[in-house]
Amino acid sequence: MLNYAWYRKLQLEDIFDKIEAQERLTFEDGQRLFACPDLVAVGALAHKVRLSLHGNSTFYVMNQHINYSNVCVNGCKFCAFGREKGDPLAFQMTATDVLQKIRESMNSPITEVHMVGGCHPELPLSYFENILREIKAVRPDVFIKAFTVVEIAHFAALEKCSTREVLNRLRTAGLDMLPGGGAEIFSPRIRALLCPAKLSGEGWLRIAREAHELGIKSNATMLYGHLETNEERLDHMLALRELQDETQGFVCFIPLPFQPANTKVSDVEPTTGVEDLKTIAVSRLMLDNIPHLKAYWVMLTVKLAQVALNFGADDFDGTIVEEKIGHMAGAESEQFLTRQELERIIREAGFDPVERNCFFQRVSNY
Amino acid sequence: MQRILDHIETGERLDFERAWDLYRNEEFHVLGHLAHQIRLEKCPHEYVSYVVDRNINYSNICICGCRFCAFYRTPGHPEGYVLSHEELGEKIEETLSLGGTQILMQGGHHPDLPLSFYEDMLGFIKGRYPIHIHAFSPPEIVHFSRVEAISVPEVIARLKAAGLDSIPGGGAEILVDSVRSLVSPNKCSSEAWLDVMEQAHRQGMRTTATMMFGHLEKPEDRLQHLFALRDLQDRTGGFTAFIPWAFQPQNTAIERTPETAVAYLRLLAISRLVLDNFDNIQASWVTMGPKVAQVALHFGANDFGSTMIEENVVAAAGVRFRLSQEEIRRIIHAAGFRPRQRTMTYKWVDQQG
Repeated sequence: MLNYAWYRKLQLEDIFDKIEAQERLTFEDGQRLFACPDLVAVGALAHKVRLSLHGNSTFYVMNQHINYSNVCVNGCKFCAFGREKGDPLAFQMTATDVLQKIRESMNSPITEVHMVGGCHPELPLSYFENILREIKAVRPDVFIKAFTVVEIAHFAALEKCSTREVLNRLRTAGLDMLPGGGAEIFSPRIRALLCPAKLSGEGWLRIAREAHELGIKSNATMLYGHLETNEERLDHMLALRELQDETQGFVCFIPLPFQPANTKVSDVEPTTGVEDLKTIAVSRLMLDNIPHLKAYWVMLTVKLAQVALNFGADDFDGTIVEEKIGHMAGAESEQFLTRQELERIIREAGFDPVERNCFFQRVSNY
Repeated sequence: MQRILDHIETGERLDFERAWDLYRNEEFHVLGHLAHQIRLEKCPHEYVSYVVDRNINYSNICICGCRFCAFYRTPGHPEGYVLSHEELGEKIEETLSLGGTQILMQGGHHPDLPLSFYEDMLGFIKGRYPIHIHAFSPPEIVHFSRVEAISVPEVIARLKAAGLDSIPGGGAEILVDSVRSLVSPNKCSSEAWLDVMEQAHRQGMRTTATMMFGHLEKPEDRLQHLFALRDLQDRTGGFTAFIPWAFQPQNTAIERTPETAVAYLRLLAISRLVLDNFDNIQASWVTMGPKVAQVALHFGANDFGSTMIEENVVAAAGVRFRLSQEEIRRIIHAAGFRPRQRTMTYKWVDQQG
């Protein structure tokens, strides 16, 4: 650990003291951390927090991603994945197609299916209930983490019922957990610029709260590196921290660097490694009540995600068979990693690999 | 931590034992922090430098057969080539038009070409183009001396007279013979490599030094390599920069997984700490990708390397990253530094007459 004198030199000794005393950081503290030119000093603070939470463990999950459809009515400018209905590149999987994908991985010891799609203009809730039931029938041992709260809101609008009812029906059909997508940046200014048709930040937080109240855990993401300011990132983190104080329903925070290629915001340059690590470290320091922080290698690249394990992240995500959303936006990472590869990367960063399920419980059968 | 900084301030050097302890045991952030502080002391300006150049591989025909290499072809192989003067000229014209100041020219160990072939090549280039020629790694120089049956100093003198400006640090791999006998048994010994550099420095020529790590060497071999370079630099001061890069195993005869980014950053940091007589250390975006290379600017590196208008050797081993000069400048900026184009000898291009 870097010493106190160094943080005094950087005029961050009060933040250093707060971290030592496990005191909560303020918005202004977050601004000062973002402004600090010494990347390694900020990273070392985040690493200290990460070690106190998780020791030397770094988590990964054996999972499979399924994107059931890219048809989407939202037309978010930062997305290279969504297509309008009728677009030659639009696709929509039937329940049979989804099951085929699940059967293809029958021999793989996955514990999680991660399934998200666009906001499809027609698919009724029964289609999703059916898919969940069928997956559970084929692989009852696997947890289904599916549908961002944006999709939940969309299903409710189509079905003309409450989001609470949608959540209840999906849970009855087999839904175990919600992923953290669709949060983007909560700032109304940014949403008006980039995703005016999408569920508002307030709406996102409301449905996440409902899910947590129903006992459904979720993750939370932050899409950064487009048009937002550091202050808007901090507002986003603090909104999540506030809700988490009430519900304790968030399991993992996932900062996602924006991938501009093939999107309608392609004049923005992609984020760089130093910004990615700084954002991860500040997230770890601000979000003192969300237990886990993911280095999502699909967006960060495997190499940088490994470095991020020393900058506040404790999770390396997973095997991810067939990732589409990041890769359609120009992500140059691999399509999947093997368990052996994941474990090696984690070990070589100096940590002990721990297989987890979607709730971050240790998987003991390996 | 303070003790090491004090050591360095009082001019006390790291010995092997202390360096080994740091490399093996020191906490990741502390290692990076120490390296970065020393880098800031050595280059107290706000710049991170880069060079605009092109790698030209004049031939891929090689009798060396190194196990880590995916680029070479044996003599007679249908994919073997030697570039003509016309092809060389086109590549150089393109380099100059992109603001390039130098070419890095290396090839294989061609069994037949006489020294005059290389002299002609240098003469052709110097006669037509105002460009710095950074060419022929030490193993090539040793090979030329064998083919021509003359001494290494004589080869260097003749190439210099023909227009060679500086020698790249390639072919150093790991400067420990037990490792070289495993991965590149037909390539020159570590002693011979160091001798070429010493002779070149004595003839007033500057050179760089590299290390390719992460193949069959032991971690202590890497340190031995660093100390060998430090000793020679003490005698001559001829090295301008050190460039470590991680072995890329795809398409080679060495089966292993590539070194990870964390291992790369540790090695980079310890290099900065041991090589107290080197001014410049380069980050390698070609092997580590732009994101990790940028982070390396906080782990001891002060130079972002080259735009590599053309790169063939690492690409043959399955790793391809591409960066424009504009992109390199943006990355340096985003790391908190100011980008500035340099020459091979680390003079600023904007201050050149």
